[in-house]
Amino acid sequence: MIAIVDYGVGNLFSLKCSFAAVGENAVVTSDKTAIKNAGKIVLPGVGAFGDAARKLKAQNLDKLLKDEAAAGKPILGICLGMQLLFDKSFEYGEHEGLSLIPGAVRPIGDVIGDGLKIPHMGWNELRFCGQRHNLFKYLSDGDYVYFVHSYYADTPREYVLATAEYGAPLTAAAANGNVAGCQFHPEKSGKTGLKILKAFCETE
Amino acid sequence: MITKRIIPCLDVRDGRVVKGVNFEGLREVDSPVELAKYYSSCGADELVFYDITASSDGRKLFTDILRETASGVFIPLTVGGGINTTDDFERVLSCGADKVSVNTGAIKDPSLIGRAAKLYGDQCVVLSVDVKRVDGVFRVFAKGGRENTGLEAIEWIKRGVESGAGEVVLNSIDTDGVKRGFDIEMLEAVCEAVSVPVIASGGAGSIEDFITLFKSVPGVDAGLAASVFHFGEIEIARLKEEMRKNGISARLGG
Repeated sequence: MIAIVDYGVGNLFSLKCSFAAVGENAVVTSDKTAIKNAGKIVLPGVGAFGDAARKLKAQNLDKLLKDEAAAGKPILGICLGMQLLFDKSFEYGEHEGLSLIPGAVRPIGDVIGDGLKIPHMGWNELRFCGQRHNLFKYLSDGDYVYFVHSYYADTPREYVLATAEYGAPLTAAAANGNVAGCQFHPEKSGKTGLKILKAFCETE
Repeated sequence: MITKRIIPCLDVRDGRVVKGVNFEGLREVDSPVELAKYYSSCGADELVFYDITASSDGRKLFTDILRETASGVFIPLTVGGGINTTDDFERVLSCGADKVSVNTGAIKDPSLIGRAAKLYGDQCVVLSVDVKRVDGVFRVFAKGGRENTGLEAIEWIKRGVESGAGEVVLNSIDTDGVKRGFDIEMLEAVCEAVSVPVIASGGAGSIEDFITLFKSVPGVDAGLAASVFHFGEIEIARLKEEMRKNGISARLGG
């Protein structure tokens, strides 16, 4: 079973349905016992980093996620949920993240240059880096996924699984051991996205 | 690189998809859920569901149709029609919508845009505008294109984006239903005025119309249409192939 962490950020209906579409039972929950008992954890999120980090902390879910990560449980962060996995973010100030993957979250405007719209919104191609991560075992280089974001994860190359070209190679996916994150929305990325969720469900 | 998006629009009334020609002469097409699944499988990049009766008589969108669609279609869904309050946002977002488009509701209460953007993020708020030339001026029309608000369109769109709208759907009433191409002049004016994504609507009759759109107005991010897709006059997969042949970035596959 998969626990989709509900900490009051965003609409989780589609995410839950997308797991059902790949034959996996997912529960949307903020219950600590349910999260502990789940085989895998998904950390979703849309909105602002600072607000989300505060909400996680207010429910002590930050500590729980760190403990579960340390215990080796597979964790997948999506969009803002992915950004929360890093050390900190510079979205409207400076906010602390979960420090499960080394790096900082910065405005894409710092790196993409002029003439490109912000947010980076729409379908873009994945370019895989290094050895193909298990999450992407069913994908091909250049497969399209759906992005909506104005900030990106600035992380050492060794943690980057894939990038998307938008004025610069923006981090599209990153991982540190059992903790992984996608900047894009697999639950909104058609068949390609479902293949990623299926691969996550199959993680040992 | 990011692709230009192709977006079928499903106008929903009484749980069925309809398409108005120049906003009149409504005619039934098919089940919204089935159409959504079909479009998603043939490569639509996004779907828009409009409750077209809502702004006339306040009828609420059939959220069960939306819920059923969202549970089987995994591409972005935008919902519009009858969105007058943040409660309306909540209602459709909880049923699987990713973005919510405001039109007449924002004209009646412009603060709606800012309040919704603060609650759900700019990326969630789409400003949909029906525009028609009146004595050479772009004017905003409300209530499904029936009522001239007197607002100057470019000013209204700028104001909406400043308040927090993360995307603009520009529907030209002048070209809508005529199938002779998008309103290039109007789209150029809007793209010049704002820096958020702009979706072109109204006038698509052929694949060439989309090619002309993306070639002539590079600032346009997406093309939206209804009847040409519903009646099979344009197949999305073929459209995408033609776009690519013409050097326009497009996503293939479902």
